[in-house]
Amino acid sequence: MLALFEALQYSAPLVAMRASPWLFPAIASVHLLGLAMLGGAVLVVDLRLLGLGLTDQSPAAIGRAAQPWLIGSICVMLPTGVLLFMCFATKYYYLSAFWIKVAALLVALVFTFTMRHRVIADVCEHGISQHAKVVAALSVTLWVTIALCGRLIGFP
Amino acid sequence: MSLLGLLEWLASTPGSVALRESHYVFLGVLTVHVLTLFVFAGMAAVIDLRLLGLMLSRVPASQLIPRLVPWAAGGIAVMIASGSLLFYAAPVERAASVFFRLKLVLLLSAAANVVIFHRTLFRQVANWDRDAAPPAPVRIAGGIGLAIWAAIIVAGRMIPYERYWF
Repeated sequence: MLALFEALQYSAPLVAMRASPWLFPAIASVHLLGLAMLGGAVLVVDLRLLGLGLTDQSPAAIGRAAQPWLIGSICVMLPTGVLLFMCFATKYYYLSAFWIKVAALLVALVFTFTMRHRVIADVCEHGISQHAKVVAALSVTLWVTIALCGRLIGFP
Repeated sequence: MSLLGLLEWLASTPGSVALRESHYVFLGVLTVHVLTLFVFAGMAAVIDLRLLGLMLSRVPASQLIPRLVPWAAGGIAVMIASGSLLFYAAPVERAASVFFRLKLVLLLSAAANVVIFHRTLFRQVANWDRDAAPPAPVRIAGGIGLAIWAAIIVAGRMIPYERYWF
């Protein structure tokens, strides 16, 4: 695994990328813009499941409206995240926050598009079940964990 | 006292020295500042996208805006508090930073955009409340807001890197 990380980090495009002083922060900026959009798309639905925010609409309607923005922000975050990772792959290899981030991300992606997706579509508009609230809280917790680990691995 | 003198005095206060030299407290404040993006910029983006007619366009604007503004307001309160502490840790360096200055100008513009919107277009919300695509002035206000918040995020991210460039 470490050999793979080394190969990635020292591959020609990545060497060129690190040679540029502004490319890494530029990609990191796009990654952060994706985080902001992800925050909106995730929170507007999870808050609703928790009985907060847009309480006059059904969770299913909010979920449908947020879905393209959720997918769009993930489509921005994944490729930019992979590029940022490849820049300093061998540093991240030794950071537990990085491995927690990868694991939490995989769990979050599967969870969001299976269990959470079903709950949003099926939840009863009046009287949201305890189960749906737990799903919403878990969703927020997972994404905040991923963002937190993302911040931690960037520190010197 | 000149502005530089004021900043140098601020940098010499015990709080500023403590914040600058305490590695973990500084990084903790920075982490709070960045993570609050998820709440603040997320909610601001949803509101602006609604004004653009690109998200939740079936939700009346008069419902969506008052319901989401408290979350955005709470978020920006944390942002301003943590951001002020980050400034307080290194006032002279921050004030000298091009991106920090740009960020301040952008923040004032964003605030002006919000205030003008609430005092003019939002007063007549009844006229466009249920429009899937609101009138052009409303969409322009949303577009400007979205662009400014995005530029603020980029400028903020650039602040620690600028010393490698200039």
